[in-house]
Amino acid sequence: MLTKRIIPCLDVAEGRVVKGVSFEDLRDAGDPVEAARRYDGKGADELVFLDIKASRENRGTLLSMVERTAREVFIPFTVGGGIRTLEDIRDILRSGADKVGINTAAVQTPDLIDRASRRFGAQCIVISIDVLRRGGGRWEVFTHGGSRPTGRDALDWAREVARRGAGEILLTSIDADGGRDGYDVEITALVSQAVHVPVIASGGAGTPAHFYDALTCGRADAVLAASLFHFGELDIWALKQYLAGRGIPVRRAIGSSVL
Amino acid sequence: MIAIVDYGMGNLHSVEKAFAHLGVPSVITDRADEIERAGHVVLPGVGAFGDACDRLREKALMEVLARRAGDGRPFLGICLGMQLLFAGSEEAPGVPGLGLFPGIFQKFPKEAGKVPHMGWNSLVCEPDCPLFAGLPAGVEMYFVHSFALYERTHAVAETEYGGVFYSAAGRGGLYGVQFHPEKSGRAGLALLRNFARWEGTPC
Repeated sequence: MLTKRIIPCLDVAEGRVVKGVSFEDLRDAGDPVEAARRYDGKGADELVFLDIKASRENRGTLLSMVERTAREVFIPFTVGGGIRTLEDIRDILRSGADKVGINTAAVQTPDLIDRASRRFGAQCIVISIDVLRRGGGRWEVFTHGGSRPTGRDALDWAREVARRGAGEILLTSIDADGGRDGYDVEITALVSQAVHVPVIASGGAGTPAHFYDALTCGRADAVLAASLFHFGELDIWALKQYLAGRGIPVRRAIGSSVL
Repeated sequence: MIAIVDYGMGNLHSVEKAFAHLGVPSVITDRADEIERAGHVVLPGVGAFGDACDRLREKALMEVLARRAGDGRPFLGICLGMQLLFAGSEEAPGVPGLGLFPGIFQKFPKEAGKVPHMGWNSLVCEPDCPLFAGLPAGVEMYFVHSFALYERTHAVAETEYGGVFYSAAGRGGLYGVQFHPEKSGRAGLALLRNFARWEGTPC
């Protein structure tokens, strides 16, 4: 049976992991390759690296980080942040990432999704959608790290990106993000039912039950979290044990004697 | 030396990195003589079946691969590389694959779930298959694919996705796996090490 994926997200800047309390107050928290390897050992099913600065000048640093990660980590990983062109995508995939995450550029140039999907295959094109809850059962899409409203309806946009060739949707609730009060299960379920590609729920995880809710009521195929894992408050194997106990299929640990 | 066949279709560098991590020497090559000579051959691949066959024909590799895959020495097809070992795929009707195994890959039925089938899924393996030696029953591997094998003849592992499909097949020295061992963590690395250490079996 296909298992539900648990995905830690690592924010990086200039090739280093940052624990962003806010974008102004970044604290250098180490080597992304080390962190990735640690998460691999802890049972992460996949990893996401988000380049939160994503400046042109630092592209080389990011690519060399991707390359080092690909040499040492043997689970799939996605790299997002500041990806604007087919060349950006090509460079990141060539450096060894399995997938790229595209957000703002997809909204600005939706045709990028079609072209990227045709050229590199839908399986490596993850479209990130940041949404904010508006009244009346509507959610609005935001870009630029959740700072800029677009006027677009989240469900319409999700359907459009799937139709254009997205292989996966990473759905982040801006309201829920950082609050630790649970994922926005409602929009997650609506998007998941509206599209035929996997949906990763993001934003708001605070307890194991929140993951369970996103995977059941929210119909998510995967769940993403950051700080909850980074600060060691929740162990991924412990989370998986909890989920398995409640009937959710998850990938289990295999003994170190195997390799 | 393991030859990783380069025909411009995807994941060959991640396969190379996995072998490097295991301390197994490998070479990425599109040269027929190197493929012929190599003790072990890996045919990787991500992408469309028809494009892959075009590339293999352009590079004049169809014949050497068919011969080398059938000679009893170790040969492993991964993902699209597994599909290419078969007669064909619904993805490219009428385009012949290498034809070492009977069967046509079929698109997952709508009711199976979301397509591509993406993520970690478990395997029920033939216990005596050399690739799976030492791996626990029901081991999970990482999959990304939209077409699947339903022909049982040479199956050595099965997986459930809206019904059973065959996630690995083989005979003699030749195996194909639908999942990505190079992306399947410790379990996948163990499978690649099993392959690298295996001597093959004459058909």
